[in-house]
Amino acid sequence: MYTLKTFIAVITIVIASAFTTTSNGYKVGDIATDFNLKNVDGKMVSLANYKNAKGFIVIFTCNTCPYAVAYEDRVEALNKKYASKGYPVIAIMPNNTDVKPGDNMEAMKARAKAKGFTFPYLMDEGQKIYPQYGATKTPHVYLLQKTKKGNQVKYIGAIDDNYQDAAAVKTKYVENAVDALLSGKEISEKETRAIGCSIKV
Amino acid sequence: MRILTYLLIILLVSCKDKPEATNSAAKIENDNVEESIELEVYDFDGLQKYLSTTTDKIYVVNFWATWCAPCVKELPYFEELNYKYADKNVEVILVSLDFPNKYESKLKPFIISKNLKSKVVALNDVDSNTWIPKVHETWSGAIPATIIFNKNKRQFYEQSFTYNELETEVKQFLK
Repeated sequence: MYTLKTFIAVITIVIASAFTTTSNGYKVGDIATDFNLKNVDGKMVSLANYKNAKGFIVIFTCNTCPYAVAYEDRVEALNKKYASKGYPVIAIMPNNTDVKPGDNMEAMKARAKAKGFTFPYLMDEGQKIYPQYGATKTPHVYLLQKTKKGNQVKYIGAIDDNYQDAAAVKTKYVENAVDALLSGKEISEKETRAIGCSIKV
Repeated sequence: MRILTYLLIILLVSCKDKPEATNSAAKIENDNVEESIELEVYDFDGLQKYLSTTTDKIYVVNFWATWCAPCVKELPYFEELNYKYADKNVEVILVSLDFPNKYESKLKPFIISKNLKSKVVALNDVDSNTWIPKVHETWSGAIPATIIFNKNKRQFYEQSFTYNELETEVKQFLK
């Protein structure tokens, strides 16, 4: 009887923890929502605007997180490499700007200009989009592929395996995933994890 | 490679002293930092000795960084807990995820200025995709994050704490 109780307790914990990790946001295979968010150039951007795209590299990022800053040049490089191949970068800033004024629209504009971002850098006004995706931190990547059902999540996680030194990267998770999609192959690593700054609510 | 990196850091730090010698105030501050703090830096394998125990102690391990505002905000609660529960066999360990190039300029001065009494160690291991799930399967990688454990059980929290919340969790382990 005791062991049965323990067993039930363990199962309950397992189920509960499974729910806490998976109920919030998308898993690989889910259809991701589109959005209509303001870009640093003042225009509104939706995924639906990109008629010729094959998919999207959606990256939740910001100005103020050292990890996000460490990846800025690599995010720009991703867009340069893959926008023309049908996978543009769409960056979304998810933080509450009352908590992080350094991430407000003026600061985003300044950052985009200083760094010469060629991708849209959007404000998640009202913080409605990142919870649907299930982003918890910056930077946090969702690779989407256009399908008949909608934009399907193909990869979730980190950009690569070395936030400190782009030159010392061993595995470029996002590039590998996009390359796999472009060549119609199975993505080998569909989910990765990295340290990041918690999204400020 | 790691040794090379350290050598390089030492070289850089020692080089940095020269131009600062003209600025006496900065020089003194710099010397203080170097004299008074020894920072333990680990890769994940090295850190693992702090992530489990066979003793009767309860460990509260908090992952933080000086640049993480919610982490800095909750640090005093961990300090308070470490102080108040020291006689109840509870120990707080603060694992800094500051970048190695900020150890001297940010982390050590922070430890001194905040007068942190809990043990602070630095984790320098870029392969986070490998080690994050080893800390806890559910950790997305966002900080602050905290793990509380004794030899029988462990709990993981990807959240910020108030003092009361933290104390409540630790009391679960004292029962």
